Amino acid sequence: MAIHKKFRDTDLERVIGELLRYGVLTSSLVVLAGGITYLIRHGGQLPQYHEFRGEPDKMKKPILMWQAVRRGEGRPLIQLGLLILVATPIARVAFSFVGYLLEKDYLYAVLTVIVLLVILLNF
Amino acid sequence: MTILVFSAILFIGALAAGLLGSLTGLGGGVVLIPLLTLVFKVDIHYAIGTSLISVIATSSGAAAAYVKEGITNIRLGMFLELATTAGAIGGAFLAAYLPTSVIAILFGIILVLSAGLSFARPADPVTTGNPGVLSQKLRLNSSFPTPDGEKRYFVKNVVGGFFMMNIAGMISGLLGIGSGALKVIAMDNIMRIPFKVSTTTSNFMIGVTAAASVGIYLHRGYIDPGLSMPVMLGVLGGAFLGSRMLTRTKTASLKILFAVVILVLAMEMIYNGLNHTI
Repeated sequence: MAIHKKFRDTDLERVIGELLRYGVLTSSLVVLAGGITYLIRHGGQLPQYHEFRGEPDKMKKPILMWQAVRRGEGRPLIQLGLLILVATPIARVAFSFVGYLLEKDYLYAVLTVIVLLVILLNF
Repeated sequence: MTILVFSAILFIGALAAGLLGSLTGLGGGVVLIPLLTLVFKVDIHYAIGTSLISVIATSSGAAAAYVKEGITNIRLGMFLELATTAGAIGGAFLAAYLPTSVIAILFGIILVLSAGLSFARPADPVTTGNPGVLSQKLRLNSSFPTPDGEKRYFVKNVVGGFFMMNIAGMISGLLGIGSGALKVIAMDNIMRIPFKVSTTTSNFMIGVTAAASVGIYLHRGYIDPGLSMPVMLGVLGGAFLGSRMLTRTKTASLKILFAVVILVLAMEMIYNGLNHTI
């Protein structure tokens, strides 16, 4: 029983490791693509970050981001890449939940769901 | 200075921060916020949002490697994430109401603390005796691979560690940093687990903790793509280079140098905060 358990734990570790690696890689590529587009379109303008003005809705809501990306804008594509990056550790928590269910470790399955809810409800 | 030049300089700065952060184990986030606010005169709210993004990137990148080695205590990480995520959300709410000068001063204090703690000798881990009721119930006691085979350890003082993690999460949500130093105190000195396990487990938790407050930051407009793009790519590149060099470079003198840089930045942040120029 103990050996079986250990096997499942290391299995989960492997999946989590891969997930994190590919999540970071994917988001970096999307951010890079968005960055190149942004610099081609706006590279000659002046940066203005001295005063805080917040961001327009197309930098906050995924649907509006996607619509702006389809119009060929670079900044929302960067933002989309950042969302993929943020989704990576969240997906890791979701994976752990499935893993604990498979291990029949219900205490940790519940703890994981609570963490997931805390994150998602504040998004 | 055009956006192209600005982005290029920012990228190089972030590359250096990521490289030094990974070589010294202090994390790149601690120098990013002073770099953005003091050197580039970026508003501190944008700086915090940008830093938080870079923290998630480096944490996930490094965790991918550590988790596979089997050093990370995933159960302990999951359990403590209850404390850090709740704290992070509280901290993110607070960030909107605290004046920027107070945030700057608080940031300076945390910087000094992180630099100082990086030289502290970790407490000896507990490997014998009574494993403790709570840590047994939560199945937190574990083992990790060493050159001499698997080594067992016990997790002590679960409640105290949980409470400290809550504070670490709050600081992370408020200042946009990983607050790895506070997490390591909670695990090394309070819960008494081996240093290698505490650093990797802390790193493992940082991404999730930051993800909890990022939603609030995004809605408030703290996360700007033009700033995040060069910083994220730079820090990731630097951290990657650092992990490649780590086995070949002597880090002791580098650590002292970086701690001095951090100390100077901390003083500058506190000074600007007191003068309300930030």
